[in-house]
Amino acid sequence: MSLIEDRSLTAPAPNPALAAGLDEPLTVLHPDGSRHASELLDAHLGDVDEHALTDLYVDLSILRRIDAEAFALTRQGELLLWPPSQGQEAAQIGSGRALRDTDFVFGSYREHGLAYLRGVDQGEAMRVWKGVQQSGWDPMEHHLATPQIIIGAQSLHATGYAMASRLDGSDDVAVAYFGDGATSEGDVNEAMVFASAFQAPVIFVCQNNQYAISEPVAVQSGFPLALRPTGFGIPSLRVDGNDVLAVLAATRIAVERARSGGGPTFIEAMTYRMGPHTSTDDPKRYRSEDEVAAWREKDPIVRLERHLEALGAPIDRIREEARIRCDAVAKDLRAAVTAVSVPDHRALFDHVYTTPTARLERQRAEHDAFVASVVPEEHA
Amino acid sequence: MTAVDAQVRTETLQLGKAIGAALHDALEADDKVFLMGEDIGQLGGVFRVTDGLQATFGPQRVIDSPLAESAIIGTAVGMAYRGYRPVVEIQFDGFIYPGFDQIVAQVAKLHYRTKGRVRMPMVIRVPYGGDIGSVEHHSESPESYFAHTAGLRVVTAATPQEAYSTLRAAIASDDPVLFFEPKSRYWSKGEVDRSIVRDLDAASILVPGRDVTLATYGPVVQTALEAAEAAADEGIEIEVIDLRSISPLDVDTVVASVERTGRLVVAHEAPKEASVSSELVASVAERAFASMQAAPERVTAYDTPYPPSAFEESYLPSVDRILDAVDRTLGRRHSRSTEPAAQGGAR
Ligand SMILES: Cc1ncc(C[n+]2csc(CCOP(=O)(O)OP(=O)(O)O)c2C)c(N)n1
Repeated sequence: MSLIEDRSLTAPAPNPALAAGLDEPLTVLHPDGSRHASELLDAHLGDVDEHALTDLYVDLSILRRIDAEAFALTRQGELLLWPPSQGQEAAQIGSGRALRDTDFVFGSYREHGLAYLRGVDQGEAMRVWKGVQQSGWDPMEHHLATPQIIIGAQSLHATGYAMASRLDGSDDVAVAYFGDGATSEGDVNEAMVFASAFQAPVIFVCQNNQYAISEPVAVQSGFPLALRPTGFGIPSLRVDGNDVLAVLAATRIAVERARSGGGPTFIEAMTYRMGPHTSTDDPKRYRSEDEVAAWREKDPIVRLERHLEALGAPIDRIREEARIRCDAVAKDLRAAVTAVSVPDHRALFDHVYTTPTARLERQRAEHDAFVASVVPEEHA
Repeated sequence: MTAVDAQVRTETLQLGKAIGAALHDALEADDKVFLMGEDIGQLGGVFRVTDGLQATFGPQRVIDSPLAESAIIGTAVGMAYRGYRPVVEIQFDGFIYPGFDQIVAQVAKLHYRTKGRVRMPMVIRVPYGGDIGSVEHHSESPESYFAHTAGLRVVTAATPQEAYSTLRAAIASDDPVLFFEPKSRYWSKGEVDRSIVRDLDAASILVPGRDVTLATYGPVVQTALEAAEAAADEGIEIEVIDLRSISPLDVDTVVASVERTGRLVVAHEAPKEASVSSELVASVAERAFASMQAAPERVTAYDTPYPPSAFEESYLPSVDRILDAVDRTLGRRHSRSTEPAAQGGAR
């Protein structure tokens, strides 16, 4: 705990003393389901009882099912594209569960777990991937920015949001999610400069899933990513990203710190993308079956299941409950995606400006006239 | 060249493969040439354009870079200072903006600022344009931003042969060149003769015609050719010009054509405002106004952000929209001269 409470502006940078988990990612739940003590994390897990563990298990399972269902829908031509989240469930659910509703989340494109946790309707969430709308949900309603495809850009937005929250005298925090590749972008580094300079209540959650499309993380960095923020004076926590409890605890530490005026924190969640980068990628070109198999052993859901079992929880009933919930979510998702219709072509011109311009209204009218002149002919 | 020679030199390639072949041949011809970009090595690029090149030339010459566009271009500037000839890849059109500052403030101006002492023989490859059913930032046509900046050459290509020849010429050029690759045409096939090198400045007349000049480039060339064919069925001769070079624009070729046809239509995928068509129409009007028998027409994307793919068909120039504009220049339709909304069913 003291590791991240100290923030000395005179410390040399990068400063391993500002990072926890550099040698071994912080973890409490091991792949075999056993629970291990962690001085740093345990203090933030006191309230996590069997009931809470069951909830987390259900959340993880639902996220996996949403992902599988959406992926299948790309194969059926219902969705254009899908960036799978399988393997990263614990990193998303664990961190997301540490936030309150009024905290604002700025994700990239793979945080389906955050959309789920923030109550985004699945049909709305899928509009982007169906190619009918760029912002599938109302960011202001869900305190969740629309998916960000420009790598790293959201880290600046989160930092600015956090600065504004501080100016307002609020204790809302902002969270930026990005991948390991994103840490190479200027935007992410500049975000850390601002976050540090203004002591912004922002949390950077880097899901290090080991690859940026085909490039292993070694291309981005020759040292743990969690060391880099320390060079900006930002403390960091490197956690086992497949351990939902470790991620939950680390995020709680960061959130408490930010809420109480302690400034930014960087969390590196060590995880693995089990599937392809997106539904159009072929991971066999750049990684081995053995590597994938080794990570499968560390599966976040199986791990929690084993843990519940070891605790003597009624695992069959929990599994059954999760299955029922997953089936329902999958059914809704499928129905919602199929029901999404293509909006009227005129919507193309909506929302370019808050007040329509004469130039654009003229183009809309020309387009209407053109459509009216061509379509009847085609049907004649 | 004898017919036998031609057979030996010519092969059928997809446009994307033709670009790969040009990169291969350039790497082989000059050891100062190197490639750099995200995922271009082991993966062979997200479009597989650089497939196999790292295996052939090694990771020193085909470099998988960190995920940072400003750094990809900015470090290539430094490499060029030392005599290298960088060919860098920006993965998609919408991701060029993090590198924009390096391109317009550095790459474009170094030769001028140093009175010619520093050359920037850099090629920036950018898969661009829409119609691939992708998500946002993957379908843009940002060429005008660069055409607006002095010191850059901006080129594109419409066929495998053009792609091969243009890229070889771009790499050979001592000026920085942005090479916009029409990604929707990556899979289109054509004959490629590896001995043909092109002049980077000149447009090319693809189909001669006496009635209307239709100038376009990149992915819309194919659409324009289809429009010309459809018009020919109605007895209208469209002269199709592939501009090939977006900057500098070969205005001479277009002016000469408009002096023959008296009519001009310009088509491209980029939005209309402050675009390549704005420049071309203005330049032609300045020089060939007396020959023009009708107001020039532009068939472009609308002045909106690139829409979700469900709207692509409405947004991009189509054969019908081009023919509609051609008809207007011929006085066969008046859909823009009166209140547009009242023109429904006027054809
Ligand atoms: C500015 C920018 N450059 C390139 C891309 C293309 N691209 C999309 S995802 C990706 C890899 C991102 O890797 P990482 O940051 O590790 O996140 P992950 O996809 O692994 O979650 C790249 C290069 C992009 N979307 N934006």
